[in-house]
Amino acid sequence: MNELLTESRAASEPSAPKRIRLAHRLARAGDPLFYGLTLASAASILVITGWLVYQLYVNCEETRRQFGWSFLVGRNWDPVAGDFGALPFIYGTIVTSIIALLIATPLGISAAIFLAELVPPRLSSVLAFLVDLLAAVPSVIYGLLGIFLLVPFLSSTVVPVLQKAVGFLPIFSGPFYGVSLFSAGIVLAVMVIPFIVSISREVLLAVPQAQREASFALGSTHWETVWKVVLPHARRGIYASVFLALARALGETMAVTMVIGNAPEISKSLLAPGYSIAAAVANEFTEATENLHLSALVELGLVLFAITIVINGLARLLILATARGQGHHG
Amino acid sequence: MSRGQTTGQGRSVKDGARTVEPAPGRRTRAPRAGVRGGRGGRWAVLGAAALGLVLCAAGRTWAEDNTNSATISLTGAGATFPYPMYSKWFDAYHKLHPNIEINYQSIGSGGGIRQVTEGTVDFGATDGPMTEAQMKALKEKRACGILHFPTVLGGVVPIYNIPGVTGEIKFTPAALAGIYLGTITKWNDAAIQKANPGLKLPESDIVVVHRADGSGTTYIWVDFLSKVSEPWKDKVGVATSVKWPVGLGGKGNEGVSGLVQQTAHSIGYVELIYAVQNKISYGTVQNAAGKFIKADLKSVTAAAAGAAKDMPEDFRVSITNAPGDDAYPVASFTWLLVPDQIQNESKRKALVDFLNWMLDAGQSTTEALQYAPLPKAVIEKEKKAIEKIHG
Repeated sequence: MNELLTESRAASEPSAPKRIRLAHRLARAGDPLFYGLTLASAASILVITGWLVYQLYVNCEETRRQFGWSFLVGRNWDPVAGDFGALPFIYGTIVTSIIALLIATPLGISAAIFLAELVPPRLSSVLAFLVDLLAAVPSVIYGLLGIFLLVPFLSSTVVPVLQKAVGFLPIFSGPFYGVSLFSAGIVLAVMVIPFIVSISREVLLAVPQAQREASFALGSTHWETVWKVVLPHARRGIYASVFLALARALGETMAVTMVIGNAPEISKSLLAPGYSIAAAVANEFTEATENLHLSALVELGLVLFAITIVINGLARLLILATARGQGHHG
Repeated sequence: MSRGQTTGQGRSVKDGARTVEPAPGRRTRAPRAGVRGGRGGRWAVLGAAALGLVLCAAGRTWAEDNTNSATISLTGAGATFPYPMYSKWFDAYHKLHPNIEINYQSIGSGGGIRQVTEGTVDFGATDGPMTEAQMKALKEKRACGILHFPTVLGGVVPIYNIPGVTGEIKFTPAALAGIYLGTITKWNDAAIQKANPGLKLPESDIVVVHRADGSGTTYIWVDFLSKVSEPWKDKVGVATSVKWPVGLGGKGNEGVSGLVQQTAHSIGYVELIYAVQNKISYGTVQNAAGKFIKADLKSVTAAAAGAAKDMPEDFRVSITNAPGDDAYPVASFTWLLVPDQIQNESKRKALVDFLNWMLDAGQSTTEALQYAPLPKAVIEKEKKAIEKIHG
């Protein structure tokens, strides 16, 4: 269409054929240029990631040589004696993230269903805007709220009740100091809920209206339509939102370090203090004077990277498996 | 100066744009090409504007380079604890000597030592003296030595939260070491109660709070504990982060004091300055002479004076548990790290001048920011050490 236009113009205006030929050539050049540009952008992500891993790998050479794989299972973290093991940090990172997802996933998806299916559209977008605002709150604010509101509330109200009811379970045993794996998990849950709600809502809204109408036409109730038609249709997007939330929870630093207790221990009780990888790196990096200590912190970073990759990989496998099982939902 | 140049830059861009703007007008004479000519004109305007910007930017950096040849710029990096003091000093010094600019980044003592070892900064700063191994590494890397210059003093104080107890608690060194080792677990343990006959301490578990982040404050605290307790020295040792036998970690002074305030029956430690500025009450600590001393600027300086007699030539000395009746036992210097060989003559002269100024006029401004000034004996000794800096 555009080409046709220029062609006809060229015919009617012999005075400027050179310029038009140039414009023509430029327009043709646009495609490869566009291709090159997007390719470069995509490649830069790979390059940056690769470079990051390479740098982490190179800079932890000292601890890799000294501890080998035992770094991953060692429980001792002693900067003075120069003995480093990452297990307490790995444990703390994974446990807090699991707690966060256990709380945030049902809450977030329910909220998204409400916003997408049950609320009038105008109100829904206002509420969604508020949810997006929550996602923009700096993590240090969540940490402060955690330490000054959540921790006192937990120790005065929630935990006594919890211990009375299920205190016989080892995960809720022992003294509670306020800061703990449990508190960190709850703060993380609050932080990642907006991600789940926001993305899941968009995905649910994108489910074709015809699907719902067909379900209603078959005599389904509202609930049945959501549960059996809309949710399965939006399943992949919802998974994606949960994985994004998980990634955020694994790497969160500031809010976690303020409420987790920062004690590198592995205890059965969720009410005991713990430590996460990101928090340890952030806390100790600036004042680490010994090379071995520094190297250990860099290796912790590498371990966190590996955990993220492994968990993301497992998540993809999960999606693939369920998608194959119910391929017709697409 | 630079502001004037910026407006000049803006004006020239406008001028550039104005001269090109008539271009589309001229083209309208050829009617068919008008539309395209208009677009071309707009591009021309943009192009001219961009060119103008580039030219002006180039002109400005050229001009800046020109003025910079007279300015001496020193960079430093390191300890966070003395940062408020240093930034005030560097600012005041810049006002006295407008051609000398000192930039300081408070990236932490570890970073300060690393950067001065790499030679990426002109001087470093640290809350704990460099170890022999670190000094050796620096010597191998830079083929020069490093000098430690004490600048100000800091103290660390115990804070606590025991519901029902409002009085000031007296801590013996043995009690503090026992609490932090986990061997003393109750507030009414004889080791604490005996020193506080006037207070009725509860029979509740002590919740120990320490710094989670690596810190000069921790260094001073554990340095004191390892001097007064053999088990601490053997089991834990001294560093900016250690393996704590017991307790919860808070991030920063505010994290520790927040945890202590939130947790009943807890004990923690914070910088003296932080406690004073935030009006947090703190306990007294028994010094080497057996007296219970409340930390303040005087008792911290007294600790340095007590240690000055046996001050080594390189100032790498711990002054915790210092002798002297008035000395507060949990105190320390913080140091500037200056290479003993600085080849750039103007930089060397500027740094030497600053060090001398810091030891004279600079010391009189420390108390406004709650830092304890150096004792006279140390200042005299440092002035002699400055002479070691050579080209």
